[in-house]
Amino acid sequence: MLRKQLRPAIVMTLLLCVITGLAYPGLVTGIAQVLFPRQANGSLVEVGGRVVGSEIIGQPFTQAWYFHPRPSAAGAGYDATASAGTNKGPTDTKLADTLIAGRVDSLVAAGVVTKGQVPADMVTASASGLDPHISPANARLQVTRVAQARNADPAAVQQLVDARTEGRQFGFFGEPRVNVLMLNIALDSLFPRPAGAGATPPATQP
Amino acid sequence: MTTNGWLQIAFFSLCFLLVAKPLGIYLVRVFDGSVRWLAPVERLLYRAAGVDPAEDQHWKRYAAGMLLFSAASMLLTYVALRLQHVLPLNPQEFAAVPDRQAFETAASFTTNTNWQSYGGESTMSYLSQMMQLAFHNFISAAVGIALAVALVRGIARRGNEARGRLGNFWADLVRGTLYVLLPISFIAALLMVQQGVIQNFDPYLQVTTLEGGTQTLAMGPVASQEAIKQLGTNGGGFFNANAAHPFENPTPWSNFLSMFLIFAIPSALTWMLGRMVGNQRHGWAVWTAMFVLFAAGVTTAYWAEARGNPIHVARGIDVVTTDANPGGNMEGKEVRYGIANSALYAVVTTDASCGAVNSMHDSFTALGGMVPLINMQLGEVIFGGVGAGLYGMLVMVVLTVFIAGLMVGRTPEYLGKKIQAREVQMTMLYVLAAAASILVFTAISSVHPLGLAGRNNAGPHGLSEILYAFSSTTGNNGSAFAGLTGSTYWYNTQLGLATLIGRFMLIVPMLALAGFLAEKNPGTENAGSFPVSGPLFITLLVGVVIIVGALTFFPALSLGPIVEHLQMGAGRLF
Repeated sequence: MLRKQLRPAIVMTLLLCVITGLAYPGLVTGIAQVLFPRQANGSLVEVGGRVVGSEIIGQPFTQAWYFHPRPSAAGAGYDATASAGTNKGPTDTKLADTLIAGRVDSLVAAGVVTKGQVPADMVTASASGLDPHISPANARLQVTRVAQARNADPAAVQQLVDARTEGRQFGFFGEPRVNVLMLNIALDSLFPRPAGAGATPPATQP
Repeated sequence: MTTNGWLQIAFFSLCFLLVAKPLGIYLVRVFDGSVRWLAPVERLLYRAAGVDPAEDQHWKRYAAGMLLFSAASMLLTYVALRLQHVLPLNPQEFAAVPDRQAFETAASFTTNTNWQSYGGESTMSYLSQMMQLAFHNFISAAVGIALAVALVRGIARRGNEARGRLGNFWADLVRGTLYVLLPISFIAALLMVQQGVIQNFDPYLQVTTLEGGTQTLAMGPVASQEAIKQLGTNGGGFFNANAAHPFENPTPWSNFLSMFLIFAIPSALTWMLGRMVGNQRHGWAVWTAMFVLFAAGVTTAYWAEARGNPIHVARGIDVVTTDANPGGNMEGKEVRYGIANSALYAVVTTDASCGAVNSMHDSFTALGGMVPLINMQLGEVIFGGVGAGLYGMLVMVVLTVFIAGLMVGRTPEYLGKKIQAREVQMTMLYVLAAAASILVFTAISSVHPLGLAGRNNAGPHGLSEILYAFSSTTGNNGSAFAGLTGSTYWYNTQLGLATLIGRFMLIVPMLALAGFLAEKNPGTENAGSFPVSGPLFITLLVGVVIIVGALTFFPALSLGPIVEHLQMGAGRLF
């Protein structure tokens, strides 16, 4: 009973492996590269002819004149070769007392927000560590800092945030959100960075 | 909880309800051999393999073919992962996968589990992803569907004609792959690319970020794998963060599509059941029982996650969900999905034995995280894995009619066929093998230093991580409380074994049950027969699923998530 089915087992394994593992992804790649080349290659974003990242992959921002993304547990933060969340549970001491409480306290100390009103995404790490978005509430709280650092009118910056806020997809799916990288690129084009902030990043491209 | 959140959940439910009949009709036609638009490819495969697709196989022969095929494909994957460093399409020059991890990965993908103790973007070459992991995504799903079809044939056929025969394994395997999985995956993959899922063979791309730092973007043929990963309820991510990674699941619409793909075939299989046994109301009764359990899970999880974590509220987080603030428990969740779609996805992926995640279950609140855990422990029968969910639920149906028969004191019958000692023995073997694997392995790891060393959380949550790991692997789910460090000899070998037990120690008794039923002639149904449709049957079926699960796992759950919930309310940290 077993021996007679040995040949089908081996042949089917090899042939189906070629069909589903080689022909199928090859065909999908070919068609995707023709129909949707931008998306298939990572939705890359260029500024001044230079690729600065992917529209849909979050990247770290720490300077005062940029909007900041969510905390990240991917590698040392926004490491796109090591996507991950903290995987800390609801009763974990470090998560509650060090990570979340620490972030809340520094926001409160900087006068950004009062305790109890911190938007949930602002002090928690995302699932991928590469979340490209922040919530509209989170962005709103950063407007004053960004405007100040750029000597810009906070109302104008807020207007930009509003314009860059994506609603639910098709008006229905998901949640409203702001893409941090795209917002910051728009910011650079509308409001000059402060003097001495390095208008262009170092051109050392490996 | 928001109105929009509930509407998204309701709309999703409506979609997988509406797909049941059209896809169900198609499945019936595929497996009776009347869909033939790829007949030349089909014939070529049969001829090369030397099989006669018209041969009607006895259940033992069907089982032998399935086991040999699984063994051959698992061996191929083990060898290919060990030789990854010398094979092509490895632009990042990843080393060979270590022996323990290659064994576990091969076992895990062969069994439709896709538990991953590695990070895809830092371990697997493009060739390994496509020709091994995505290949198994197809065939393990096709095997699952074939087995469900075989069981339904066993129930439907007259014993004096079938005499224990269930159809042809090779034909079922090929037809499921060619006519169901490949075409739907192909369309879904392109829809995903359109939304931003990547599909290329480029090396990883290093960029200078806007602030002047460097970031390396992982690349690869992701969309083709993502589509079958969802459709085949496999769940193994191309990247470590799985479907939370924006390159796997970039938008709310791609997220919706993913969830729809997960539930489409399991939902349609219940319609196929009704048609093949000639009792459409029975098919809908099984669907309804599954839906009741799904609705209970999603309500609980959404409530728990939207309510948030009182400990984090005390630290200053605003948990009220509005259009501007996601609210709730956002640790380990993405802004684009928010609370509603993260909770819904967690329930869908663990109801079906998919195991893809768009949020980190390990960081859910205690009760929010208990829902996925229970879903897996109930035997992955709430729509369940493709095929596996239906045959798992039908085993529960047999148990239900048996218990109902005992209650009224007459010989239990299922669709006119008498349920006797042999059938009940196989049913109990099925139930006990799964429970024993989960509880015994968990017990060992929760007292042994090597098992305890893997925890990422202290206190009751640490036990939950271990319990989740063995529930997930035995249930062939593959999702994780991912803090657990599974990449050790201890866990690689034991979790690998749990996936094999959870698949094959359940399949063989199930196929025996199918064979025994295929030897019986249905009697004439009369007023005294127990109806297998209607509210009474649905209530009993739901009750049996819950009671079997609760009796088995309540003690373990009360030491993990339940006690953690109480501690969380009291503000206790570990």
